[in-house]
Amino acid sequence: MSVKDEEINEGRRRFLLSGALVVSFSMVPGVGAMAQEVIADEGAAVHVGKETQALAGSLKTNPYLDSWIRIDRAGKVTVYTGKVELGTGVRTALLQIAAEELDMAPSLITFLTADTGASPDEGLTAGSHTIADSGSALLNASAQVRGLLVDAAAQHFGVAGSVLSARNAVIKAPDGRSMTYGEAVGLVDLHRMALPVSPLKNPATFAVIGTSLPRVDIPRKVTGGVSYVQDLTMPGMLHARVVMPPVYEARLLQTNTPVILKMPGVVKVVRNGSMLAVVAKGEWQAVQAQRALAAGSQWTPGRELPDPATVHRDLKAIATQHIEIANTHAAAGAAVKTLGAKYTKRYMLHGSIGPSCAVALFKDGAMTVWTHSQGVYPLRDGLAEMLSMPKDKVRCIHVEGSGCYGHNGADDVAAHAALIAREMDGQPVRVQWMREQEQTWDHYTPAMVTEVSASLDASGSIVDWNYALWSSSHNERIVNAGRLIPAQWLEKPFVPAPSVPMVQPEGGGDRNAIPLYALPNLHVVNNFSPTMPLHTSAMRSLGAHMNVFTIEMFMDELAAAAGIDPVAFRLKHMQDPRARDVIQLAAAKFGWPRAPRKRNHGVGFAFAKYKNLMAYVAIAVEVSVVPETGQVILEHAEAAVDSGQIVNPDGIRNQIEGGVIQSASWTLYEQLQFDTKRIRSFDWSSYPILRFSAVPRSVNVHLIDQPGAPFLGAAEASMGPTAGALGNALFDATGKRLRDLPLAGEGLRKLIDV
Amino acid sequence: MINLTVNGVQHALDIDPSTPLLYALRNDLQLHGAKFGCGLGQCGACTVIVDGEAVFSCLVPVSSIGKRPVRTIESLGTIEHPGPLQKAFINHQAAQCGYCIAGMIMRAQALLDRNPRPTERELLEHMEPNLCRCGTHTRILAAIREVAHLPAGDATAPTPQRTASQGGAQ
Repeated sequence: MSVKDEEINEGRRRFLLSGALVVSFSMVPGVGAMAQEVIADEGAAVHVGKETQALAGSLKTNPYLDSWIRIDRAGKVTVYTGKVELGTGVRTALLQIAAEELDMAPSLITFLTADTGASPDEGLTAGSHTIADSGSALLNASAQVRGLLVDAAAQHFGVAGSVLSARNAVIKAPDGRSMTYGEAVGLVDLHRMALPVSPLKNPATFAVIGTSLPRVDIPRKVTGGVSYVQDLTMPGMLHARVVMPPVYEARLLQTNTPVILKMPGVVKVVRNGSMLAVVAKGEWQAVQAQRALAAGSQWTPGRELPDPATVHRDLKAIATQHIEIANTHAAAGAAVKTLGAKYTKRYMLHGSIGPSCAVALFKDGAMTVWTHSQGVYPLRDGLAEMLSMPKDKVRCIHVEGSGCYGHNGADDVAAHAALIAREMDGQPVRVQWMREQEQTWDHYTPAMVTEVSASLDASGSIVDWNYALWSSSHNERIVNAGRLIPAQWLEKPFVPAPSVPMVQPEGGGDRNAIPLYALPNLHVVNNFSPTMPLHTSAMRSLGAHMNVFTIEMFMDELAAAAGIDPVAFRLKHMQDPRARDVIQLAAAKFGWPRAPRKRNHGVGFAFAKYKNLMAYVAIAVEVSVVPETGQVILEHAEAAVDSGQIVNPDGIRNQIEGGVIQSASWTLYEQLQFDTKRIRSFDWSSYPILRFSAVPRSVNVHLIDQPGAPFLGAAEASMGPTAGALGNALFDATGKRLRDLPLAGEGLRKLIDV
Repeated sequence: MINLTVNGVQHALDIDPSTPLLYALRNDLQLHGAKFGCGLGQCGACTVIVDGEAVFSCLVPVSSIGKRPVRTIESLGTIEHPGPLQKAFINHQAAQCGYCIAGMIMRAQALLDRNPRPTERELLEHMEPNLCRCGTHTRILAAIREVAHLPAGDATAPTPQRTASQGGAQ
């Protein structure tokens, strides 16, 4: 294991154990000596027993080898992950890892993703954890299984294991004898605990890991094959649509059910408290009936929404938990200059192109739900509680959906499907939300406020740094039935578990709130609001988007005050060698510092190591500005990424490119529209996102491979750095420090149009 | 009875004439390529070609199609023998979640059918109605440019730098 960089951060990580829970990550030998390990990220905290703490990745929670790899006597190899494909290509990358250490061609492996009836329980697929958790588990489990099979063959042949070779599930001896994995598995029991040490291959010999194996899902997706839960059909399948309250906490008073039941194709109107749905034979019939049912339903007024004009001021009042996440002091030079600034972010939505969908079947007392949830096990537990059914009678099977980028309606529509299917015994029911439901009942990413001040000494070094953020919850994942929105509407409603702050080092609103820069005096406070003016939860990178935006914008302000180039200023304050490498590589590829540019163009730079635990990303961008309209275009970006051992280079590039473009859309253009009566961003015209006319002419991603080093998650790592670089480029273009997201549009025009 | 000619095959469907084409394709003809995205003609996930034009199939009632031929992504090729645009999308790995991609390909196909050599500006303007949330735009454009014989733009795909192995277990 490469422990060099982890040792650098060891002091910080130990300090960070000051949160509400004791948290540690067994990245370094010795930490595993603690009595009990608690892995806390999104969702419920996971307790890891002492006996498995030394195992790699998700082997800690699923230590049996045959929960990952099963080989039948005919030699069919099936590999399981408890993670899911969300559109990141991670299914292909995980397959590559297993294929590498099993010494098999990927095409020979049957690779299955999360299913509570078959796969290991790996909690949520979130937080860029998949390659680190499941990939590390598969790497080690595959190596151990290969080792056991080879050892069994060696014993059978009466030779040393070291003289045998394995290729494509056949073990060969030098004398020509051979044995298939299917034959060898008869000689060894794979139902055994994994060991802490695995017979891993030398990374220099990797033939599958490190190659851009084309994604296994793309050919079907581009030829119209059944790829998504939205595409599932089953014999006798019915279609349902739901009617949702016009606003939070509105209760259903009356419906026009008798009229609806006379409509063509309508089979049933399902009502349970304020949970309302219509079931029809045809999908279009269900849509028409849903419109009529919605128009004919009466609701109580519900709860007033916050005034969008005062959201940021109000946040300071409702953020009642003040959590100090860093407070360190060391000798430093005398302060000669102190700067301060405040930044704000508005609510945004996930914006899946396909509204959330699920198919459910209640048959013989058992419930099966096909879902694009990010966590089939947490969902299964929530559904079982909601339905008052034993967990073993509820099965959740993951099927891909439209990209979700976090906690969207996936779990909620699965709850709808289960509630409706329970009323339609023996008949599968497909439920899809409509566009306005996906947008108005989303779990938005919270509005945030950040404030920072820092001082420089005479040499231009930062001597102190004070930072505070205010946010409501980024983690309303399914830890009880009450977290499922439809469960809150039932006649006997379920109550959501209270909002609690996520703890460092992963953090929630405070994700990446602690800069990676060397700062002798550091004070960081996370002000957490346990109440949610609007429903919020996890969206790609959580608070890191806002925190990195703030830190990186402010680093530029300090650099300017110190009279030092922004990239040089970052390097002056950065000790982590891998961080320095990505910063220098991005700068070199971009040609930083750039020669004088065209009018209304600007360049900007930013860096972060995601969560201070995952991939390193540095990025330089060029933007153009139209002063008359406030329009801003990200023209060009050069990003440098170190995500440890690279599994699939093109997969990482695709994720970083997509992250840069999505973050540009968030940072420049997006904000949820609402007033005290309603959410008003009910479609794409009321929530515009980046379109082709604003696409960068190029986004180039440069990768630094670290053979043999731990896998580091990358999918969310570019969100924050992109935001910071855009803000800095806008200053370069306009001379204005823009501190309120979104950056482009009317606000910018008022500042710069002369 | 509604008569539809889809991918060269005539169908007689006993469905409500107000049914949007999308629902007939997906549920009655089992053609799942076109997707429901918004039902409002704002995202393009449902895009198919009707009589040479890219249309939002979520908006067009089947009764308005008449004799005009309908083409869906299933007509462009198969998983074993993908058509030129499909092949280019695979080559460029131009998908993340991929939910928008069938619509993207059909919109691009409508352009290339009419004008096999569009300019870069024509390409961008033509694609404007379709939304992608994953940020795959640069790859989508690269894939279409390849088939449209347009210059590749200035994107590059450099090989990763390799640092010295630090060895050992993960």
